[in-house]
Amino acid sequence: MADSIRLEVTRYRPEGDSGPEVQEYDVPLRKEWTVLDGLNHVKDEVDTTLAFRWSCRMGICGSCGMNVDGEPKLTCATFLSDYAPGPVRVEPLANFPIVRDLVVDLYDFMEKLPRVKPWIIRDDDLTVIDGEYLQTPEELDAYKQFSMCINCMLCYAACPVYGLDPEFIGPAAIALAERYDLDSRDRGARERLDVLIEHEGVWGCTFVGECTRVCPKHVDPAGAIQRYKLKAAKENVMAFLLPRGAR
Amino acid sequence: MTEVRVHHRPISTWWWTRKPTYFVFVMRELSSIFVAWFVVYLLMLVYAVGRGEAAYEDFLAWAATPWVVVLNVVASLFLVLHVVTWFNLTPQAMDVRIRGQKAPASLVVASQYVGLAVVSAFVLWLVTR
Ligand code: SF4
Ligand code: FES
Repeated sequence: MADSIRLEVTRYRPEGDSGPEVQEYDVPLRKEWTVLDGLNHVKDEVDTTLAFRWSCRMGICGSCGMNVDGEPKLTCATFLSDYAPGPVRVEPLANFPIVRDLVVDLYDFMEKLPRVKPWIIRDDDLTVIDGEYLQTPEELDAYKQFSMCINCMLCYAACPVYGLDPEFIGPAAIALAERYDLDSRDRGARERLDVLIEHEGVWGCTFVGECTRVCPKHVDPAGAIQRYKLKAAKENVMAFLLPRGAR
Repeated sequence: MTEVRVHHRPISTWWWTRKPTYFVFVMRELSSIFVAWFVVYLLMLVYAVGRGEAAYEDFLAWAATPWVVVLNVVASLFLVLHVVTWFNLTPQAMDVRIRGQKAPASLVVASQYVGLAVVSAFVLWLVTR
């Protein structure tokens, strides 16, 4: 194994006049080093001006997402040795505006997420004193997969629909709506459907399926979206056949 | 909040050639046109049959012209792509459960091929009996 590998890193300085440029760095190629380790090496030893996000280094916080050789990846879980002999292209997550270097602007998602009301909605308002809502292991299983999302935004970076139409509410937001819909304690399915039945909701999706392929947590947002489409379609048929009061 | 001067990256018209998965997706979308073509073709056949022997012979002669044959061969290939890709996607779109357990994806896909075979056999029996 060669002892170094070249990173081709996107640089963008908002205070400068020009757009993004590529800067090359050679970093040590070690078996246990991830792309994030390579970037941290650059930051510590070579160029302190390089900007990128990270925190946990263990696939939990979801902040280190970048496009590695064109694929959205958690850089803390992507090994340099898999790209040997290199070079490795490291770019900011696709489909998001660049703030600086490898840091992208996630404001759009922050604004969209609360629209699907990703919290437990109840008809009754029980207090802590009233006790907890019990749930069986089967009831937990029903939504567990969709609750694994770490908001890493890899699915948005992989989604051509989101890239072409930024109004699309997007894979992770819909998967989270499904997570709460499937929760036995929740009564908010109706309210979420009202949001997702709109064009920018589930119907924006053309089932490319790339979100599910890139998701590091096996959330399967594409599956969640198609299931929502079935719900929305059923709702449309019901609305057509039955007067409002009967539904 | 301070105004941040962010950089927006334009999307290339050729984004779908960047990854094999994107390419297959666009071809799958395109295949719908050929599915529609076969519907039209079938209606034309039924219409010709309805108008009698001579019209039917005319239809057969037209269907044997080279460009129609080429079109139908291409359309068949797209149809196969359409069937295979959609069958493969079904387990994701439908949460099939057997006695509370999630049915394995392969079972869902296989049952669709069985369904296709049964319907095809029925149609074959219908037209050849
Ligand atoms: S659904 Fe998967 S890819 Fe999308 S934000 Fe959540 S964890 Fe990341
Ligand atoms: S640094 Fe937290 S997920 Fe990679």
